[in-house]
Amino acid sequence: MKLQTSVKKTWCPGCGNYAILSAFIAAMQELNIRPEKIVIVSGIGCHGRMSDYLNVNSFHTIHGRVIPLATGIKLANPELTVVGFSGDGDAYSIGIGHLPHAARRNINITLIVHNNQVFGLTTGQYTPTSPKGFRSRSSPYGSLEEPLNPLLLALASGATFVARGFAGDVSHLKILIKEAINHKGFAILDVLQPCVTYYNTYQYYRERVYKLEDHDPTDFYQAIKKALEWNDRIPIGIFYKIQRETLDEHVKTSLISVPTTGVNIKKLYERFK
Amino acid sequence: MPKVDVNVLIGGEAGAGVLVAGVILAKTCIRSGFYAFIMNEYPSLIRGGHVWCSIRICDRKVYSQRYSVDIMVALNDATLKRHKTRLRDKGIIIIDDEKAHSFPDKVQIIRVPLSKITRELGGRPVMRNSVAIGAVVALLSLDIQVLNQVIRDVFKERAVELNIKLARRGYEYILKQSKGKSSSFSLPTLSYKLTRNLLLTGNDAIALGAIKAGMRFFAAYPMTPASPILHFLAAVQKEHNLVVLQPESEIAAINMVIGAAYAGARAMTATSGGGFSLMVEALGQAAMTETPVVIVVAQRPGPSTGLPTYTAQGDLRFVLHASQGEFPRVIIAPGDVSEAFYLTIEAFNIAEKFQVPVILLTDKHLAESYMTIKEFDDSKIRIDRGELITGSYEKDEPYKRYKITETGISPRAVPGTLYAIVKANTSEHDEYGIGTTVSSKVKIMVDKRFRKIKYLKEYIKKWANPVKTYGEGDILLITWGSPKGAILEAMRDLNKKGIKTKLIQVIFLEPFPVEILKDILKNYRKIILIENNKTALLNTLFNQYLHLDIKDKLLKYDGRPFYPYEIIRKVMSVIK
Repeated sequence: MKLQTSVKKTWCPGCGNYAILSAFIAAMQELNIRPEKIVIVSGIGCHGRMSDYLNVNSFHTIHGRVIPLATGIKLANPELTVVGFSGDGDAYSIGIGHLPHAARRNINITLIVHNNQVFGLTTGQYTPTSPKGFRSRSSPYGSLEEPLNPLLLALASGATFVARGFAGDVSHLKILIKEAINHKGFAILDVLQPCVTYYNTYQYYRERVYKLEDHDPTDFYQAIKKALEWNDRIPIGIFYKIQRETLDEHVKTSLISVPTTGVNIKKLYERFK
Repeated sequence: MPKVDVNVLIGGEAGAGVLVAGVILAKTCIRSGFYAFIMNEYPSLIRGGHVWCSIRICDRKVYSQRYSVDIMVALNDATLKRHKTRLRDKGIIIIDDEKAHSFPDKVQIIRVPLSKITRELGGRPVMRNSVAIGAVVALLSLDIQVLNQVIRDVFKERAVELNIKLARRGYEYILKQSKGKSSSFSLPTLSYKLTRNLLLTGNDAIALGAIKAGMRFFAAYPMTPASPILHFLAAVQKEHNLVVLQPESEIAAINMVIGAAYAGARAMTATSGGGFSLMVEALGQAAMTETPVVIVVAQRPGPSTGLPTYTAQGDLRFVLHASQGEFPRVIIAPGDVSEAFYLTIEAFNIAEKFQVPVILLTDKHLAESYMTIKEFDDSKIRIDRGELITGSYEKDEPYKRYKITETGISPRAVPGTLYAIVKANTSEHDEYGIGTTVSSKVKIMVDKRFRKIKYLKEYIKKWANPVKTYGEGDILLITWGSPKGAILEAMRDLNKKGIKTKLIQVIFLEPFPVEILKDILKNYRKIILIENNKTALLNTLFNQYLHLDIKDKLLKYDGRPFYPYEIIRKVMSVIK
């Protein structure tokens, strides 16, 4: 089966989403996952169309709910590979309530965040990751708010895989996606994604990003230190990666089957007698 | 044999074990062959405050609480103060003899040294209730051995022997005082063997029904009065291979449930109005993606926090219209514990067969009151998962999750099925689940979803009772949900007075059973609407669908359920 649908892509030319899509397809090919055995969940925002473009099982959910949707799918059938695509508005604004909980639960899903620091689909408003002073249609005098550091939040919440990629480096991004999917536990991959229409950061990032090397991803404090680095140099790569019991480990089999005549509940009656 | 109908009220501070005492007494009665109904009232706090429950004991199936009280166990002054006017003449009050009280006339006071006995045997103050239950069991002339066994079963390892001793002391105290003379509320010894009926709340019945239906995934955020469903399912998750989760919010709960249902598990959540408010957006998601979910909404008085631990039926219009856009949904309102069980199973069948969200609409009174019922009848149970594709998809044409069909129902493959790509989409979509804005495709898809309703109605008519009637008479009493119990009890009493009434219980509120109701409503002299709300919400549906505006209404919106006497009074005043 081919991995792409024939749906015409409607992202702006040069959009960072193309890079994420290509990297994901390349990762899937290399991981050799059957399209029937993977489910992607996408939220609301430009990234949401990933589910239309990929010829795999998908659930295009409502705004901000990628994580709980993906959690439900994974728990119902742990044999499925579940990957969530979300934007910075989706994952870090309206849906942020779910992120720390997925991290501490260590549900074995992957969350790829298309972080372009702006609401694109609603034509350019500031988001929780927009830099302070960011001028947008909803912050014409410049945003007064400090941006959120999603990697720091994920680390503090107990995420077992925390990484950052750059949409300007597809081959590196592909490696990170593969690592994230292969990781057993909650994996968050924040992708620096320029928005060519509302916040073009290609040049900005190209001048600053560098790949983490000589970095021990099992060292929590080292990971925190690197997550705090956001100046002239911006690290990409795997910040943190450890093994910990996952939530879905407790589900022994898929929950799909139901006996046709009903479950025997006679034993349960005893407590009501 | 005289008809048995004894009402025992136990009141005390929150944390005094009032409800546990009530359950123990009720189980003792049930194991002696009687039927019990418990209603309970408690404030939203853990310690202090006034809690009470009433245990009505009959020798026939009993559907509701009763107002007048025969035996009152007052573990605190507030019980006396608040409830003394409910005591019947010759009623008995059991009080701790260490405390002074003022008493109504014409009642018998029995001072039992509850605290003293408890102290003597080295029990904690909360164990006073065991002494009191022993005393009540003596007054009812029940077998102390039955009580002992119930205490063993309820408390398991926790201080069983001590509680048994305490109960015995209370029991013996009464026997000694009465010098062998039985009390006026002495229950007859039933000739038949001890029955093994169940003492269940509506919440218990829904949880049992869900397990019976093969529900495998349950996620819920705690909210009174729905939390007991979460507690019960969490307790039995291991033996029944369930995934039971308490997520970060109701928003997370419903989205997880939708995810699990999409993946092919039977999945449910339970909440009250406030939690359902948070679920509203995702309700539309379930509808748009045609994902079968069951949502229990146990109502309590609103708006907002309202009266968290009391009862109401104010959310009918809310659940009926919740979420943007137009879509088919099913709303089922069980009226008693037994219906709660069977309708939960039906809710899953309907949800999966028609791929629509189904709401089970209960209220605190149904959710948390206990009724005595027989074990459920397995032969009445049916599992219908609709057109479900698992394993492998064998057709030549590519799988279409939203295939256009005559019934509007598309065969549902679960993700993981070989050769099928399953695409669910909350955006309007084509047959494959790919987003679309093309006008012709949009219209086709909206029509497809709505085409289901015709078949849905036929299915409900075939497999469930959208409307139930009880009794015969030209005075019609119309209700939905939990008021049914008090109405049935009132009808018995009215019948004795020669007043024939007929109850019409609307169980399916959406799709509204218009044709069936038209038929039933052909002949009547008087028609009275009975609802636990301010604005007569069911009447608004009668206005809308039947062009009938019911003038005589009995509406109660103080957080309390109806007592049968209130219904009798209303009927008498209407027919006068």
